Amino acid sequence: MISFEYSRSDNVADAVRQIAASPAARFVAGGTNLVDLMKMDVERPAKLIDISRLPLDKVEETPGGGLRIGALVRNSDLAYHPLVEQRFPVLSSAILAGASQQLRNMATTGGNLLQRTRCAYFYDIATPCNKREPGSGCSAIGGLNRMNAILGTSDACIAVHPSDMCVALAVLEAKVHVTGPRGERIIAFADFHRLPADTPQRDANLDADELVTSIELPPRGFATNYTYLKIRDRLSYAFALVSVAVGLELEGGVIKEARFALGGVAHKPWRNTRAEAALRDRAASEAGFAEAADLVLGEAKGFEHNMFKIELARRAIVRALSQAARGMPQSQSNKKIA
Amino acid sequence: MVSVQLTVNGQVRQLEIDPRQSLLDLLRETLDLTGTKKGCDQGQCGACTVLVDGRRVVSCLTLAVMKDGASITTIEGMAKEDGTLHPLQQAFIDHDAFQCGYCTPGQICSAAGLIAEGKAKTAAEIRELMSGNICRCGAYSNIVAAIQQAMGQS
Repeated sequence: MISFEYSRSDNVADAVRQIAASPAARFVAGGTNLVDLMKMDVERPAKLIDISRLPLDKVEETPGGGLRIGALVRNSDLAYHPLVEQRFPVLSSAILAGASQQLRNMATTGGNLLQRTRCAYFYDIATPCNKREPGSGCSAIGGLNRMNAILGTSDACIAVHPSDMCVALAVLEAKVHVTGPRGERIIAFADFHRLPADTPQRDANLDADELVTSIELPPRGFATNYTYLKIRDRLSYAFALVSVAVGLELEGGVIKEARFALGGVAHKPWRNTRAEAALRDRAASEAGFAEAADLVLGEAKGFEHNMFKIELARRAIVRALSQAARGMPQSQSNKKIA
Repeated sequence: MVSVQLTVNGQVRQLEIDPRQSLLDLLRETLDLTGTKKGCDQGQCGACTVLVDGRRVVSCLTLAVMKDGASITTIEGMAKEDGTLHPLQQAFIDHDAFQCGYCTPGQICSAAGLIAEGKAKTAAEIRELMSGNICRCGAYSNIVAAIQQAMGQS
């Protein structure tokens, strides 16, 4: 790990001033990803600004039944928050499907959004990687790409976004509140993360001097018909090969609102609004779910070692939509697939 | 160097530390508390688990400088002063919940955090919420039994 300067900040305005004054600085809060990357020399910040003491650690109700989650709320506190469990159980479930309890006790909501890919070549500084070193090439495209993306890839990068939590936030159409030297702004969740295109070094539409302050959940929580189904190489504590978050609203067996997003398949949580629209105003049925899955995966493109993900995703979508429609969400402790 | 104050196993320590130092390295190399183990040093194995302000974390990914003012409990702080073992330590012995023992301090600190959280009731829930602690000897079934015994006593 390179030597770095360390400072603390205890209020948002000061944190923004500090980062504006030091372009090579990075914010640190939970540190679960950044410290790891610094040990590997993937991240080499000149300065760390410790924001873990900023007053952004509350979950607050908003008018109409939504929530505003402070960026520093720990993942475990969010997953077990009574209002999240009651109104937004898909979020609670997705968080508990990710990492370990030790890491969830450390990791923050804002940091979860901004974690980097776990693509092995991004971590290995001896290999080319366009995300780590723009223009150097992508080692994954012709390399060991079993964990890599099948949707939204580019010739420059086939990395996936590793978060489980963000897949649920995509379904909930969360809003990301950020602040910076140019003021505050709100970013729709679908616009927060980017596809790699020819700038894979940029994961999110967040400027280097901006700070995520909170995540807002609109009132629609899909508390009755939801699931988070995660398929991985071992039963727990592994990144997703494919995951699916679902939120449905049903009236007498007819789907009135349908949202679903995939994790482990793209550079961002993957939603396809055309596939969601195809589910609406139809009876919940496996045939209908399969049609929706085909719409999503029609544009999928596999690589040498991850072709299996296309069929796996197809089946996972159908299974997850069935779980949600039946009101039988996947348990995150009993791993028998519901 | 940065000045920090930590309470480690009940003892207040005033320290001058390099911001790069992990809590794990601080415990082992500066404070000579070598019970906490370094496994992967990347947050993937759980061997370095300690309690910070009562919550289990991996000390390898914790920058010590960020924990100024915190209270740390390591495996050395689990037994009573008179030497009576913590119920988890006794349960690990009773159930033969280790072979090589390298993961054990992390397992016990993690289990202490798990019991304090109060979220695990069934064996399946214990397994899930202990999944951040890897045991390469494969003593998992005995570890679950030991935790169940300690949970029954707390």
